[in-house]
Amino acid sequence: MSDFEAMATAYAQAGGDPGILASPAVATMVVSGNRVLAARTVPGIEFEAEELAQGVKATIRVLPRTRLATPVHLCFGLLPERGVQQIVAAYEIGEYANVAFLAHCTFPNAVQVRHVMEATMHVCQGAVLRYTEAHFHGPTGGVEVLPTARVTVDPGGQFLTTFTLTKGRAGTVALDYSVDVGEQGVADLATRIMGFGQDRIKVAETIRLNGTAARGIAKARLALADEARGEVIGTTEGNAPEARGHIDCIEIVRDRAVGHAIPIVRVSDPRAQVTHEAAIGTVNRKELETLMARGLDERAAVDTIVKGLLAG
Amino acid sequence: MNGAPLLTVEGLTLRRANRDILRDVKLEIRGGEMHGLLGLNGSGKSSLAYALMGCAGYVPDAGLVRFDSRDLSGLTITERARLGLTLAWQEPARIEGLTVERYLAAGMRERREDRMQAALEAVGLHPARYIRRKLDSRLSGGERKRIELAAVYAMQPRLAMLDEPDSGIDVLSLADITTLIRRMTSEGTAVLVITHRDELTEACDVASLMCEGTITVSDEPQVVRDHYRQRCRPCDILLARQGSDRVTGLITIRNADEGPGATETQQGSAGWRSSEKEGRA
Repeated sequence: MSDFEAMATAYAQAGGDPGILASPAVATMVVSGNRVLAARTVPGIEFEAEELAQGVKATIRVLPRTRLATPVHLCFGLLPERGVQQIVAAYEIGEYANVAFLAHCTFPNAVQVRHVMEATMHVCQGAVLRYTEAHFHGPTGGVEVLPTARVTVDPGGQFLTTFTLTKGRAGTVALDYSVDVGEQGVADLATRIMGFGQDRIKVAETIRLNGTAARGIAKARLALADEARGEVIGTTEGNAPEARGHIDCIEIVRDRAVGHAIPIVRVSDPRAQVTHEAAIGTVNRKELETLMARGLDERAAVDTIVKGLLAG
Repeated sequence: MNGAPLLTVEGLTLRRANRDILRDVKLEIRGGEMHGLLGLNGSGKSSLAYALMGCAGYVPDAGLVRFDSRDLSGLTITERARLGLTLAWQEPARIEGLTVERYLAAGMRERREDRMQAALEAVGLHPARYIRRKLDSRLSGGERKRIELAAVYAMQPRLAMLDEPDSGIDVLSLADITTLIRRMTSEGTAVLVITHRDELTEACDVASLMCEGTITVSDEPQVVRDHYRQRCRPCDILLARQGSDRVTGLITIRNADEGPGATETQQGSAGWRSSEKEGRA
């Protein structure tokens, strides 16, 4: 099996459609370890990639006013049991472009793998970037994932992102996203992670609403079981008139797992408003009883609730 | 309506936090029957439903509940549901990420698209618009309530307890709810309609009046409604407890010795007098 085929197989395990990686109509980049196995663009999309000692440095440009019917597909992974992968990525989304990226990160055989993602994203005026990142880590929990994103949203721009890690063991996760939002811009951050065993999950999301009427929401959903530990630090700043922000965190904790949530709200302009809510605990009794009253047994009901929470 | 009792409740008693919540409740519901359970807020109607369903914190201290001649004590909610007993909550839970489709399918013995569609249509929701929606906070209270009723209808239980099925739904939809309940009974489902609105019992076959944790009257709906209108609005027991005239909200409560309530209390039925004695015990 070629490296590309192996990555395509792993991509399917992560929830991707491997057929799409071969489609000439879809912009695609496939990176295994520090090698770029495929980089295909479509009109309006430009890729530059440089192989590093332990990863890849990539620049991804979306030309102004580009509108793509199909998301750009990115596939990052490391197939060996051990190793480090560092992805340094710069995204430039041109003015009034409207694009979606689907990034799948897959480490199906990981025993001791470190995946570092350092992304800078610039969403220009009036542009919309939907960035969805889904992970598949295999069953051992031997993955350390350190995704960092520094995002700038210019006036009228929108950055909507979802980070999902619900297949396989999370391992160690330290997600750190921060977004600066300009006038009438939007930041919508959603994180969904399931942890069990000895998994350690830390989610830090910061939204700075710097422009007039900027809006932002940071939504985190963690389901923790066994000995897993989860911590969500959501920070939202209201720094401009009419800025509106909200932090919303739910953690379902079972067995001996421990959940921790720290919502931080800072408002430096009295005309801004930022709210927060957090709920940590076991599966909601009423939700459970509602499903049981339909005939589901307790285990199936819990499973349904957890899957729903993580599906969003 | 089937003549045999489907649900029989005898002497059901429940105490929570040192309070009598249910006191010696007796109730009988027959197969295919539409039974109204009428009572003021706080009279114990919902608690009775939770106890019958087997909800946590509502395990009876005494009494017997039989469903189709089977003793329900010790059975889980799931086991009761699988016997054919279910409950539509007054304020249904919102379950993030769960689609209406999955929720409806959860209660069906056999997943049937046509049944799901019929259930949504029966509660006035367009199937194509709602089947993929999620049971989260983006649904209005009324929409969520209708979906709850649709889920119960789709389930085809033998006994459905509908807790305040009209709350949160606009007045124009009350007829739809009654039609839905009638449709359920015509398909063989007995329905316990829990309500504080006496007009909702008009379509019932039988009604029971609940007061201070016990059932005081079970009779023809008109008889029960008359009791309710004359003695519960305003409440006779509250009247008797007041020492002097006072006004609460829209209801003027008079001293029991002076007002019409006192006379009515003395003239009440045997069942009502019995309840008063228990209520003050």
